[in-house]
Amino acid sequence: MTDTPAIKVEKLVKRFGKNTVLDGIDLIVPRGQVTCLIGPSGSGKSTLLRCIALLEEANEGFIEIDGEPLGFSSGDFGERNRLPAAQTRKVRSRIGMVFQQFNLWPHMTALGNVAEALVTVRGMARKDAEERAMAQLSNVGLRERAGHYPSELSGGQQQRVAIARALALDPGIMLFDEPTSSLDPELTGEVLNVMRDLAQSGMTMLVVTHEIGFAASVGSKIVFLDHGKKIVEGKPDEVFGKPRHERIEQFLDTYLDRGAATLL
Amino acid sequence: MSWKLFWLLVEASRLTIILSAVSISIGFLLSSVVCAAVMSGNRTARMAGKLFVSFFRGTPLLVQLLLIYYLLPQIGLNVPSEVAAIVGMSLCTAAYQAEILRGGFASVPKGLVEAANMCGFSPAATFRRIRLPIAVQLTIPALTSEAIMMLKSSSLVSVVGVIELTRMAQDLAASTYRPLELYAAAGFVYLVINIVVAALGLGLERRMSWGRL
Repeated sequence: MTDTPAIKVEKLVKRFGKNTVLDGIDLIVPRGQVTCLIGPSGSGKSTLLRCIALLEEANEGFIEIDGEPLGFSSGDFGERNRLPAAQTRKVRSRIGMVFQQFNLWPHMTALGNVAEALVTVRGMARKDAEERAMAQLSNVGLRERAGHYPSELSGGQQQRVAIARALALDPGIMLFDEPTSSLDPELTGEVLNVMRDLAQSGMTMLVVTHEIGFAASVGSKIVFLDHGKKIVEGKPDEVFGKPRHERIEQFLDTYLDRGAATLL
Repeated sequence: MSWKLFWLLVEASRLTIILSAVSISIGFLLSSVVCAAVMSGNRTARMAGKLFVSFFRGTPLLVQLLLIYYLLPQIGLNVPSEVAAIVGMSLCTAAYQAEILRGGFASVPKGLVEAANMCGFSPAATFRRIRLPIAVQLTIPALTSEAIMMLKSSSLVSVVGVIELTRMAQDLAASTYRPLELYAAAGFVYLVINIVVAALGLGLERRMSWGRL
């Protein structure tokens, strides 16, 4: 069991019409580490993450979470068998997800957003759920903002609420889909700090990001995608250290202002 | 114009208000069913919903009222003309409200539903806790407009013999030979009612604005 990776992706293919967005991706996300997916826009990194969350259904290939198949199981001849919805929901409940656009529910306060699933999905009493939600909000430094609606919070605060919402359900794995891409540079730091703390606590994280500095300093493993293919994979110093892969070199050039300068 | 005449108009406006309020309410309940049918996965239900909408939105309310008024006795239902009026108005506004609701559901940001999916919500829970409240909030302005439209359209029910505000003004104008004053007064009463409806709608919108104001 200790060898079982948190996430295992095998030969994943995703097409949107004639456009092949993921072209046979293999990926291992080790337990208790931070894996960062980087690459230019349109490289398929967000799509890969969304396939792992089963928000998109891949056309080919397999995904395993903690050794259990997600969505489809592999038959004797490698064919794909669709798994029942209940099984899928059970496996997916081990994953928490944080979105680029936060996706907080606008009609609930920060506290309500974090407590909602505990009540609706886990069947907890509202009072207990709110107690737990309050503890989660404290962890991301937003105890004082619990009674505010999303529209009354800054982007950074909203994203921290979203992280608290996902963590309240005790996921073993956290997926981050460009969590700071819609934030002002000065609000990016507070979200990255929360993510850094989370990484230090030993959470298994898969992060799609343009924050090269964050990826290099927090990531244990960097995966570089381009045109739906995995180009390079390895520890940060292997990927960013010289000599670099030619595509990485080009990519870093365009990201000098994103904290990548320190790597050059 | 004497106060007595004006008061007769106000009295008649009570029927206008009752007919409209009842029709809009029944129409809302009916529209939820029609909207659910149009959005459902079942092909037959979807077709039936679309057919309902295209008929009641595509033909004039005046024609619908006359059809219903003459049709009901044919199938053995002898109902007062007020009931025929309510049936016609309810069916018509249901078609419009169903489309408004459908638009509301379509405007619920996809990401909010995805967040619910990732939190393990069942489809039913997602509907009840996320999609429905947000869709309703988004449609309040359009539903308020529809309510105002219905209040004004209720003047058409005079064709099936219901003496509501417009018909009363017509009758009084005919007997007093003072059409200008009576129609102006009737218009004024409609305006007052609709200002109240608009204010109620705005109040509801504010109440459901979730910290935005």
